[in-house]
Amino acid sequence: MYRTVALIWITYNLMVVGGLADDAIDELFRALADPTRRDILRRCAVGEPSVSRLAQAYPVSFAAVQKHVAVLERAGLVTKERRGREQLVSTNAGAVGRARRALDELERTWSGRVERMSDVLSQSTTRRPA
Amino acid sequence: MSIRSVDTDHDNLAVILIADLAAPIEQVWELWSDPRKLERWLGPPSHPATVEQHDLTPGGEVTFFMTGPEGDVSWGTWRLAAVDPPVSLEFTDAFADTDGTPIAGTPVTTIRVQLTEHGDGTRMEIRATFESREDMAAWLNMGTVDGLQQAVSQMDALLAA
Repeated sequence: MYRTVALIWITYNLMVVGGLADDAIDELFRALADPTRRDILRRCAVGEPSVSRLAQAYPVSFAAVQKHVAVLERAGLVTKERRGREQLVSTNAGAVGRARRALDELERTWSGRVERMSDVLSQSTTRRPA
Repeated sequence: MSIRSVDTDHDNLAVILIADLAAPIEQVWELWSDPRKLERWLGPPSHPATVEQHDLTPGGEVTFFMTGPEGDVSWGTWRLAAVDPPVSLEFTDAFADTDGTPIAGTPVTTIRVQLTEHGDGTRMEIRATFESREDMAAWLNMGTVDGLQQAVSQMDALLAA
């Protein structure tokens, strides 16, 4: 259920918010017309699997899965990212959102600390030399 | 407001904070080198910090715990990579168990601090970097309470001002 909602949301974002041209929308629907590709997309909306891990999930060759990922990538539905020997696949919406949230949290933690440092300093430097 | 700028570097998974503090560089250094001062800013008001070990030398460790309102305790450990008083330090920051051992699967960040004399005061640059995207994902699971608490404490400070 959650995954289907995520899929619809991504598609909606690409079409409506992304303002795609007609041929790009054709490509999008072609990419979504295949059940294996839809399943790959669902997996990538909630995680960041590698191409080889995806390949293990389907009774088809590694090359076939790679081709499916390429179609999804051309349609703008997923992004491939090389890390070491692996190629990780994620939906744009999922990956970007997660990265931003984590960096925001890290920033808030350290901003709070710096503000408190400033308080500690102002409490210990009651008088400054003229 | 001592924070001058906050930059988020998505490519390098880093946050860079620059603050201008109205105190000489030696006093700003003491915020890090004096465990009693460190305790006063490390945790948000709702989660005060207690520093246990404090060895601010290369290869040394700083271990601490924060106590939440429900008596819940979370431990952290810093492993110092480089220390150059009173201008810079670099360490990895990890969630730890009670003897200071980092807990596998919890996020690790690298923190670099640089202090420079700036007018009458001190400019402090803090660069906080996630080691990997896994660490970033783990931070979202672990760090939210902390992050929210920070935000709340900032609001409190604003209201009190």
